[in-house]
Amino acid sequence: MKILVAVKRVIDYNVQVRVKEDNTGVVTDNVKMSTNPPDDNAIEEAVKIKEAGKATEVIAVSIGEEKSQETVRKALAVGADRGILVKAEGIIEPLAVSKLLQKIVEKEKPDLVFMGKQAIDDDCNQTGQMLSALLNWPQATFASKIEIKDKKLEVTREIDEGLETIEINIPAIVTCDLRLNEPRYASLPNIMKAKKKPIEQLNASDLGVDTSPRIEQIKVEEPPKRKAGIKVSSVAELVQKLKNEAKVI
Amino acid sequence: MSVLLIAEHNNKELRPFTLNAVTAASQIDGDVHAVVIGQNCDEAAKSLSELPLIKKVIQVDAPHYQNFVAENFAPVIVKLAENYSHVVCSANTFGKNLMPRIAAALDTSQISDIIKVISPDTFLRPIYAGNAFATVKSNDTKKCVTIRPTSFDPCESLGGSAAIEKAEPGEEFGHTKFIKREEIKSDRPELGTARVVISGGRGMQNGDNFKLITSIADKLNAAIGASRAAVDAGYISNDHQVGQTGKVVVPDLYIAVGISGAIQHLAGMKESKVIVAINKDGEAPIFSVADYGLEADLFEALPQFLEELNKLNTIQK
Repeated sequence: MKILVAVKRVIDYNVQVRVKEDNTGVVTDNVKMSTNPPDDNAIEEAVKIKEAGKATEVIAVSIGEEKSQETVRKALAVGADRGILVKAEGIIEPLAVSKLLQKIVEKEKPDLVFMGKQAIDDDCNQTGQMLSALLNWPQATFASKIEIKDKKLEVTREIDEGLETIEINIPAIVTCDLRLNEPRYASLPNIMKAKKKPIEQLNASDLGVDTSPRIEQIKVEEPPKRKAGIKVSSVAELVQKLKNEAKVI
Repeated sequence: MSVLLIAEHNNKELRPFTLNAVTAASQIDGDVHAVVIGQNCDEAAKSLSELPLIKKVIQVDAPHYQNFVAENFAPVIVKLAENYSHVVCSANTFGKNLMPRIAAALDTSQISDIIKVISPDTFLRPIYAGNAFATVKSNDTKKCVTIRPTSFDPCESLGGSAAIEKAEPGEEFGHTKFIKREEIKSDRPELGTARVVISGGRGMQNGDNFKLITSIADKLNAAIGASRAAVDAGYISNDHQVGQTGKVVVPDLYIAVGISGAIQHLAGMKESKVIVAINKDGEAPIFSVADYGLEADLFEALPQFLEELNKLNTIQK
């Protein structure tokens, strides 16, 4: 069984995101970039399945600018066997990403495609579901537990009301929740080894997919600032303020 | 131009956020039709027809719609979408799971999680977990939009009498089988929708100390949250995590206890209406977003807080 894992390069979750002065987007120059956190869970799960002898190959794919190669390389360092980088400039909307991934799936013919449930930059939460629609495959979104049962997967999903369990036939798409597993760190020897693993480079335009945006980003602004609050000197004062001033208790 | 709203329900009752989604849909266009898909969902259809903002209800009823499997839902909505300019749904796990499947089939670039309708094609949505707001305009002919329920008020639930039309069900997808749903039964409100949230951070020192938070949560009928640091340290399970990689919450009152206020945590709670911070480090960044800051040792402050709450003769629930 072959598992394709999609990984995205995003601003590191610990970085204070700043809006550009001209309101065209957020500042990305000289900002620390990392793998989208739930994509780390996706890679981890695929590697664990391979280590359990249930998968033969894990392929990491990323779509984005040249530097997304680092994100692929990191996936290789934690256990993916080889990588694919689809080079594309500018904002690539989830619809276009899923069309590009569809092309990769048609070429690589994986049995499973894993990715994070959402990217922490655009917060769209669309790509996995869109890809499964385009392929007409079953989807298991927001997965917190995956069990492989012959040609089926039993997946526990995080839903607002609690947990849902579904069984889906392979081939299938799974989008991963942070609760799925604990992603490992890459060891130095594995980082060195990953440098020798192959990364195939493609251009989005070579795949015959129109990636031009359908959504115009008119402006990006700072969210409204909170008014400066006050310090209270005692618990009694706090409770009194909450009761009589803020009227929330 | 008219809007097709996808109702979320449990075959009997509408899920509360459907009412917030109806409000958002009506701000896009006044001609809002609602589709309810389920099994024996007459009661949900009837409740929907009573919403004064709904002009028509379309009911699609079949056994394979019982458990709201997106692969079964999407084709029937795609077909109905022919007659509409917009398809709208709540951006909770139901809508997040379903809408992109519809959008891809319609070859539309979906707009997720809007917090404001600026015009029928232009919307405001948070990005980077609310660290920036983007104004976006859809250039697709058909628009698929999910709405953040807490950003829109629920619509009136009674007084309407829309006609209920039945539509033909689609085929069953067949590769996805629902097994079970375990609704977390808790006397506590759900973190994402609670009116009051009290969260603990690394300052709690261990999981056992969260009982100080629990007793206050009981008193205030609050949900319990936690910072990523507290979750990573194993004090509490990660379904309590508030922040960029956890849940984004917008309660009326958010109480942060022993939380320094890392960026990733602030992203998940800074839209709360009133924020209280209790921390012994007066320089902690959490105080920069707090309406009321108390610089104190939480192990002294929390028991006092409970005591003061006990003295009040009424507490809003």
